[in-house]
Amino acid sequence: MNFEFITDPAGFGLSEGWLHIAFDSPYWQILLAGLLNTLKVALPALLFATLLGLFIGLGQLATHPLLKALCKGYVNLFRNVPLLLQLLAIYFAITQFLPIASQALSFGDTVFLSKSGLAVPSFSEIPTRGRFAIEGGWVLSPEYLAVLLALVVYTAAFVAEVVRAGIQAVKPGMRQGALALGLNNRQLNRHVVLPLALRVMVPSLSNQYLNLLKNASLGVAVGYPELVSVANTAINQSGKAVECVLIILFTYALLSAVAAGLMNMLNTRVNRGAL
Amino acid sequence: MSLRMALAVLACSLAFTGVAQAGPVLDAVKKRDAVRCGVSSGVAGFSALGSDGQWRGLDVAVCRAVAAAVLGDAQKVEFTPLSSQQRFAALQAGQIDILSRNTTWTLSRDAGLNVHFAAITYYDGQGILMHKRFGVKSGKELKGAEICVQSGTTNEKNLTTYLGTQGIKAKAIVYDNFEAAYKAFFSGRCQAFSTDVSALIGLKSSQSGKPDDYVVLPEIFSKEPLGPAVLRGDDEFFAVVKWVVFAMIEAEELGVGQGNINKALQSNNPAVQRLLGGAENLGKPLGLPRNWVENVLKQVGNYGEVFEANLGKQSPLKLERGLNALWTEGGLMYAPPLR
Repeated sequence: MNFEFITDPAGFGLSEGWLHIAFDSPYWQILLAGLLNTLKVALPALLFATLLGLFIGLGQLATHPLLKALCKGYVNLFRNVPLLLQLLAIYFAITQFLPIASQALSFGDTVFLSKSGLAVPSFSEIPTRGRFAIEGGWVLSPEYLAVLLALVVYTAAFVAEVVRAGIQAVKPGMRQGALALGLNNRQLNRHVVLPLALRVMVPSLSNQYLNLLKNASLGVAVGYPELVSVANTAINQSGKAVECVLIILFTYALLSAVAAGLMNMLNTRVNRGAL
Repeated sequence: MSLRMALAVLACSLAFTGVAQAGPVLDAVKKRDAVRCGVSSGVAGFSALGSDGQWRGLDVAVCRAVAAAVLGDAQKVEFTPLSSQQRFAALQAGQIDILSRNTTWTLSRDAGLNVHFAAITYYDGQGILMHKRFGVKSGKELKGAEICVQSGTTNEKNLTTYLGTQGIKAKAIVYDNFEAAYKAFFSGRCQAFSTDVSALIGLKSSQSGKPDDYVVLPEIFSKEPLGPAVLRGDDEFFAVVKWVVFAMIEAEELGVGQGNINKALQSNNPAVQRLLGGAENLGKPLGLPRNWVENVLKQVGNYGEVFEANLGKQSPLKLERGLNALWTEGGLMYAPPLR
């Protein structure tokens, strides 16, 4: 076991990332860039999955039959199809059905959508059509979009179930009691249903968030340069298989521990009724 | 037993082990009665599974030749298709005996991964494939382009080095397997695709649907000597693989092959006699049967025959011999003398 290689130049680049990677960047830098790419897709996915999941979860409890059926259908569909399959389906849909970059769909010549991804204006410049691809602006690659979308729709299905179960766990007697005390509907939800439901929801939500974080490693299947994908290439270039796998292992353990810690803090607060 | 006597015994035993004592891999191959060979999961001309369930290609022929030499039967090969990321791990773990999977010989792989590259079976170089609609004539025009490439290969490294040193701001889109990478290119996800030129030409003719719409750019920006690799620790097996390849090259130079082997066995030419085991037993120092070259040529053929059948005129790829011609014909294929 020898970790000296992480200061050697890696000699391969990444197609996207916040860190600037040159062809002589050392392994540790490129692994760090991979980790940042994991977070770059996992954190927004976490946010959107929670929002979408909340909406679908509440929809399942709606009295409107169509809304209820749609939300239940959503959960059953996305919860039961393997994530990898959803990811590949989304990725192939993007790379098969969208036009090539030089014929990109444009929205007012500022936002472009094509096989090369979604280009939106950044703070300093508006994207333009180049000879080959869209140049300038902020580009979300199709790989990134596919991983983000897949993580969001998949995890949202589970979050929706957690939300539904949490709200249904509040006993009807509690509601009736609150109404009898003269609370209106808003007060009932804010002061009685939500605090009680959250106590049930937070521990299961933590599990879903941890799963999402780890599921981001499926990005390797569509060529999104997240930690596992980068480490795979590093293994091949350096031949240091055991070392690189240990690095992945340790990083995920640390990430999960941090996420679990944060969720535990939230859980304590919720149980104290401080939210 | 005195120390001196002990040393004498040791020296004697060492002297006897010097000849024809097989190493662990060669022993295992003979005992198993099969050569386990790691190949690619489908690169036209090098290793690809035919519709009849038979593996074919230059890399496949090397394994078959080793089986013919060691076991007398070119069919006694177990093929394992490997991704470029699995290949060295499979060899190191002893899952395969030979890695014959269009693998580039480099210093860091040879010395760093504890393997020996036995010989060079194909001199390749890396290039770029593009659709003609962009009207690109040279790699220098690639500013702003997205180039699909397979990760964990020398191709990825060469491409970033080439773009870096030439100051071309193009983007490499990296896929972890070859099939995904070229499919992404043909679907239009990338405007260019980069790998070894032989593979580019193979893809152009077999995967593009319209070979005439695609062009390989003239720049060749790397040396890619491809050849079989074995694990370190069995010098005897290493020697066998090495000399099997050399024998195929030497046979082409002498004009002996599958087509005329029966006539050649009657030949008076001393070099041919020697090669086929008539005058001299070249199999003995390698631990092989006397007729090992005859078996290789009868069942697999010489280098030129294998090349033409899989990559050259008789194949869909129609590759020129180029650097892979014999040294006597302006190429680099040169075998040390078999004597």
